[in-house]
Amino acid sequence: MTNANDPIVSLEAVLPANKPPESQGRLIFRRFLSNKVAVAALILAFLIVLFSISAVGLGPIHGWWKYGYTDLNPQENGGSPTLSLVPEWLGGKGIFLGNHPFGQNRIGKDYFAMTMRGIQNSSLVMVVLGLIATLIGVVVGSIAGYYRGKTDAILMRITDVFIVIPALVIGSVVGHAFGGFGAATLAVMLGFFTWMGIARLVRGEFLSLREREFVEAARVAGASDARIIFRHILPNALGVVIVSATLIMASAILLETVLSYLGFGIRVPDVSLGNLIGENQSAFLTRPWLFWWPALFIVSLALLVNFVGDGLRDAFDPRHRRFSLRRMQEERPSLAENENVRAGDNGDLMDPQKK
Amino acid sequence: MTVATDQSTPVLEVSDLNVDFGVGNQWVPAARHMSYRIMPGEVLALVGESGSGKSASSMALLDLLPTNSRISGSIKLNGREITNVRAQEMRRIRGGEIAVIFQEPMTALNPVYTIGAQIIETLRVHYGIAPSEAKKRAIELLGMVELPDPLKAFNSYPHQLSGGQRQRAMIAQSISCDPILLIADEPTTALDVTVQAEILDLLRSLRDRLNSSILLITHDMGVVADLADHIAVMKNGVIVETGTSLEIFSNPRHPYTQALLAAVPHIGQREGAEIDTTAAIAIAGDESPNSDHIRVTERSAEQSRIAETLDNRPVVLDFDDVVIEYPKHGRVPAFRAVDHVNLRVHAGEVVGLVGESGSGKTTLGRAAIGLLPITEGTLTAAGQDISRSNPNDIRALHKKVGIVFQDPASSLNPRMPIGESIGEPLLLAKKMKGQALFTEVERLLDSVELPRAYRGRFPHELSGGQKQRVGIARAIALKPLLLIADEPTSALDVSVQARVLDLLQNLQAEMQFACLFITHDLAVIDVLANRIAVMHRGKLIEVGTRDQILRSPVEAYTQRLLAAVPLPDPTLQRERREARRELLRAAGE
Repeated sequence: MTNANDPIVSLEAVLPANKPPESQGRLIFRRFLSNKVAVAALILAFLIVLFSISAVGLGPIHGWWKYGYTDLNPQENGGSPTLSLVPEWLGGKGIFLGNHPFGQNRIGKDYFAMTMRGIQNSSLVMVVLGLIATLIGVVVGSIAGYYRGKTDAILMRITDVFIVIPALVIGSVVGHAFGGFGAATLAVMLGFFTWMGIARLVRGEFLSLREREFVEAARVAGASDARIIFRHILPNALGVVIVSATLIMASAILLETVLSYLGFGIRVPDVSLGNLIGENQSAFLTRPWLFWWPALFIVSLALLVNFVGDGLRDAFDPRHRRFSLRRMQEERPSLAENENVRAGDNGDLMDPQKK
Repeated sequence: MTVATDQSTPVLEVSDLNVDFGVGNQWVPAARHMSYRIMPGEVLALVGESGSGKSASSMALLDLLPTNSRISGSIKLNGREITNVRAQEMRRIRGGEIAVIFQEPMTALNPVYTIGAQIIETLRVHYGIAPSEAKKRAIELLGMVELPDPLKAFNSYPHQLSGGQRQRAMIAQSISCDPILLIADEPTTALDVTVQAEILDLLRSLRDRLNSSILLITHDMGVVADLADHIAVMKNGVIVETGTSLEIFSNPRHPYTQALLAAVPHIGQREGAEIDTTAAIAIAGDESPNSDHIRVTERSAEQSRIAETLDNRPVVLDFDDVVIEYPKHGRVPAFRAVDHVNLRVHAGEVVGLVGESGSGKTTLGRAAIGLLPITEGTLTAAGQDISRSNPNDIRALHKKVGIVFQDPASSLNPRMPIGESIGEPLLLAKKMKGQALFTEVERLLDSVELPRAYRGRFPHELSGGQKQRVGIARAIALKPLLLIADEPTSALDVSVQARVLDLLQNLQAEMQFACLFITHDLAVIDVLANRIAVMHRGKLIEVGTRDQILRSPVEAYTQRLLAAVPLPDPTLQRERREARRELLRAAGE
């Protein structure tokens, strides 16, 4: 913190007169880093995915965990989790993993390995579906919003057709046809049917942004349609795109979960968080951990993605300022005594020398 | 109903008022040690530029500031301290004892309720009277603000009224509870100059009839001269000078006040050649055939002289019988925005295009550079016939023209550093890259008097005036033959406006581009234009040299427009007001 008695210092810190031109990317990156919650969420989500990949391995490579997600093991302790987190001095058994930290399912598969594999698949679906849906949605939405008229009418009616078919029906059909081909194929196919929300949002943004004068200014400067769409309007709509992309990602996990639960998504012997729940629905009373572990990761992944999205949106908005009244009131009053307080921001005030 | 007012105690007494806003992690002061008082029936004008804290300090009176703010000091309403009253009591004061007239009537009125319903709501909240009684009172109020048909206005929704009528309805609502203090926050800024004059008349007559005090917040010295008894000049949150209206205008002591007054563009004053517009209007008012004859001969002689000098120069922009229509859209019929307009702009000439909002002047400006297609007629710009609006022609045209937009906040891409915004035409039209582009952008920044280091800044980091400079730099980047300036200063403060106009004038003298300067403010155009064209409802009704239009306007509409411009001088403005009344009466007969 700079000198609290001199607010001008902080203003100058934001606007140093001689700072070198900073690229937009760096600026956004710096602003994103200043948002602690979002950075923590990003790191945590990354760690969860990394942890799951390293635990069960990727493809033919075996991870550090001793069991694979398809191995059958003898039942131990009735399949209940061996993980213990209460240390001995608190009256527990001490901290250790045991043979099957998350327990086992009915036929003795190691539930830790299965959950890790499920995280892998679910986050793959989340990312791929999110990207595909965002891409299609942005392209359709920006073309419709920018050109308006007939183009808009046709594209939006197509969108309407996609919207009126219930997501679950599409999901089941797509899942039924492509579920067996693995998570990535399923995600791509689902992505083709979940872009409508983003398309409508982007179209709305474009409709209002295209009326702004800077678009006309760009046109007078000789910019082509593509340049106006991608260099001028789209960056201004990015906030909306990013927020809805993260929402789509969060709901992608849920969609995959629902499909797998119904048996249309990722199929046995492969594992996803959703089909773990679906498969074990009859065992809820006897082996509740078969729900708690996948549920824990579904919820935490969806939440973390939302936090990251929030941080990104704030980072993209150049006018964003955070304010906390409580924190301000705790600080010592700092103003009016300083007579030059606002001398810095009156660049266009009268200047006798210039007249 | 009326709160008893003692004529000797001030209605409002503010002493040592401080207002701060929390920005980032600092308290930034918006107003410091403010003290002023308003006596019953008095109009106090709080004058200052945007950001000087005039609105913030006035909203503090009503406890209507956002949560990231705090106030200290004392505010006494009729001798009673109101800084620490409870929320419930504050609600009674708002509307009941202090009422506010906002700047933008369209957004201050709720679009889903009728005018009548909104006034009734205020009345019933404060008095708890029966609906029928409230309705009677509401219609009475609408009549009091001189709405032509109070009953019709009562049943209208805000969008069905014109801007001026909306502002009247807004005023009716704010005076509905006989407030002892009326805060008028830039009450006429969003209005056309002729409507502004009417609203000011209304406020003056209401003040006399209701004997309520008015706190007038404005940056327009003309409005101040028209209405205020006392003036407090604010700069950076501090009141730098107070005094009666006459004192401030005739003998300003603080350098800031002097500079503020100097920056106000006086209509009819340029290079010593002063034109007494009041006299011009007075003459126009009593239309005697004799003086008329003299004027006509004078005119024709002058006109031919001007025509001679201009004919020698090439025509840069030529509207020949141009019609522009907005095509019909669903049930909305086609709208003719520009109706058979003939106008020529010669090289190196500045033509001012004046008119009220909705008169089609902006449409004309956009069509001139091919942003809008024309329906009929021939339009030639920079030697190119663009009446057919062939995309290739228009792209070629865009290398020879520039446009400065009205709203600097909207005309710059908020996600682009300004260096890139300025360099874009160069990059696209001239394929300039790397070092050449870099130096050219720096040269342009120099020419609009901005520091070179600003190239990396984003628009939100700049003040309004600086943004408009960036807009100008972009417009002149390709050394255009023709520059369209679409109300480039109407969103700026007076002092900033003066400097931007200066800059435009210098650039024009240096680069000799032809300029179509669109504005609603006659005083602004007076500084710049060689010729003035007056537009009304899509038609060009009068074109002439600056002197002709300002000294001897022929058309009644031009006279009205001229008469409505308030003068930044209380005595002159009083004369002007009389002249205007004469004029309107003559027109009414």
